[in-house]
Amino acid sequence: MEQRISPANNADLKADKHVSKVNKTRKRSRFKTYWPYVVMCIPGLAYLFINNYMPIAGLTIAFRNIDYSIGIFNSPWCGFDNFRFLFSTSDAAIITRNTLCYNIFFIFLNTICAVAVAIMLNEIKNKAMLRIYQSSVLLPHLISMVVVAYLVYAALAVDTGFINKSILEPLGFKGIDWYTEPKYWPFILPLVNLWKNIGFLCVIYFAAIIGISNDYFEAAVLDGASKWQQIIHITLPLIKPTVITMVLLAIGRIFYSDFGLFYQVPLDSGMLYSTTNVIDTYVYRALIKIGDIGMASAAGFFQSIVGFALVMISNLVVRKIDPDKALF
Amino acid sequence: MDTKMTGFRIFSNIVLILLSLSCLIPFILLITSSLSSETSLIRYGYSLFPKEWSTKAYEFLWLRRVMLLRGYGITILITTVGTVISLLITSMLSYSISRKNFPFAKAISFIVFFTMLFNGGLVPTYLVYTQIIGIKNTLFGLLIPGLLMNGFNVLIMKSFFKENIPDEIIESASIDGANQFRIFFQIVIPLSYPILATIGLLVAVGYWNDWYNGFIYLTDTSLYNIQSILNRMLSDIRFIATNPVGGSLSAAITANMPSVSIRMAIAVIAAFPLVIVYAFFQKYFVKGITIGAVKG
Repeated sequence: MEQRISPANNADLKADKHVSKVNKTRKRSRFKTYWPYVVMCIPGLAYLFINNYMPIAGLTIAFRNIDYSIGIFNSPWCGFDNFRFLFSTSDAAIITRNTLCYNIFFIFLNTICAVAVAIMLNEIKNKAMLRIYQSSVLLPHLISMVVVAYLVYAALAVDTGFINKSILEPLGFKGIDWYTEPKYWPFILPLVNLWKNIGFLCVIYFAAIIGISNDYFEAAVLDGASKWQQIIHITLPLIKPTVITMVLLAIGRIFYSDFGLFYQVPLDSGMLYSTTNVIDTYVYRALIKIGDIGMASAAGFFQSIVGFALVMISNLVVRKIDPDKALF
Repeated sequence: MDTKMTGFRIFSNIVLILLSLSCLIPFILLITSSLSSETSLIRYGYSLFPKEWSTKAYEFLWLRRVMLLRGYGITILITTVGTVISLLITSMLSYSISRKNFPFAKAISFIVFFTMLFNGGLVPTYLVYTQIIGIKNTLFGLLIPGLLMNGFNVLIMKSFFKENIPDEIIESASIDGANQFRIFFQIVIPLSYPILATIGLLVAVGYWNDWYNGFIYLTDTSLYNIQSILNRMLSDIRFIATNPVGGSLSAAITANMPSVSIRMAIAVIAAFPLVIVYAFFQKYFVKGITIGAVKG
């Protein structure tokens, strides 16, 4: 822009200078008011830096040929070699397939069961009973996966397990060698996962159902709607946003799995890897047990990047459906 | 509200009773199995109604009490210290970014939020903590990785502060001459007990149940917390006898170890404190989950 020097403009310039001076002092005085906030942020930000941002920077090791003797961050670059090795094994396909298939199955099973149970909980008007039901189904959510592994072991152990000894054998069947037969695990793991998580999901859906105004149901009853019709035409449509959000959040996590569920519950049994190995357990075994850091980091990188893309996509969809529920 | 028993209500009650039982029975099986005699376990397996009761497993665990109490001591220490530090750094960070007159609030919120979307995963995290920070085989390995703070809790607390701590309170306090730190600790914190209790409970349960950090960052068994001991015994039941912490056992005692019932007794010992706490404070647990869900 062309500036013509005129007395008026000159005065403007002077005024500008003055304003900027005022701004500067105002900025300084404002810093005086907010510096305690900066101080209070420091410990938390330092933690995020170490715990989250340094590992993100560390993702680049997937492109290095790691040599511990010269240090991880001095090791030479090797391009996509680690990925080429990873995807030339049959493991890559198996772990990706297992991770995706289990998660899709979990989403269907958990959502349907949790919504059904939440609707039934809403039917219980006796406060004491409601509390007993709710706390019973929530109990598995509060124990660690290792304890769950012990519970599953008590049920499935070959020679002392509850299912073999108290159910199959008295009925005249032969006991099943659960921990060496991969074909049963695509059913066992979803059941264990459902058992562990249904209480948590129920509490969420139940809260959504309680939020529905009673007027709807009363009006429906006056119009002669049956229980079933009330569920189909009132409850389900009104909790749909919550369900969709929860499902999309789960889809965003579809590339990740619960390490404890897939590692501890099958007791890390090598015979079961074909149906229990997922990306998380693969990365752990490659890193800690085998010490193949190249493979581990390549699989981890793959998971982080695809996982990130899926979170972004599912959030985009949430925002389309219900902007309030979107993460951003 | 109608209270008559309709068909659907009866059906719901039946399903919920069955579901509740299926959630509780495994725990009962755990207890009865731990109280069965070794011979009846070997013949009849883990069962809800043991043919022969026995406290042998617990007697054996009593011999190893030094090791188990040490594990509990470490669990309690890490849970307490971790929860306190976590609440402190989480609340300070969330409070700062909840204030309108803090110009970096938006940028810092994004830094926090981004950690929820993207993470480096196990390999780089492990390498950062072991190669750069050097916490392998220290108690910091149980305390710091992953559990100390997470973006989710920060954002939940931030929205609590935004809605419940109006700027007017802060302003009037600072006109009265209180500095920001005094305002935070003497006004904001006491007004925020509900959210601190809820988040604190979630963090404490996270620490109490954590076996993963011990699994990844500890090879020194003398630093094991109770979940790590439990985890180790899942693959190696003799660990209870062979671990040098608390003195070694004579060969005769080790050979006669009732390993089938011990497996269940150790799980009872590790799981039950939390189950009992849950029985008394279940209201707060439910509230914690609902608060998390509203935001999630």
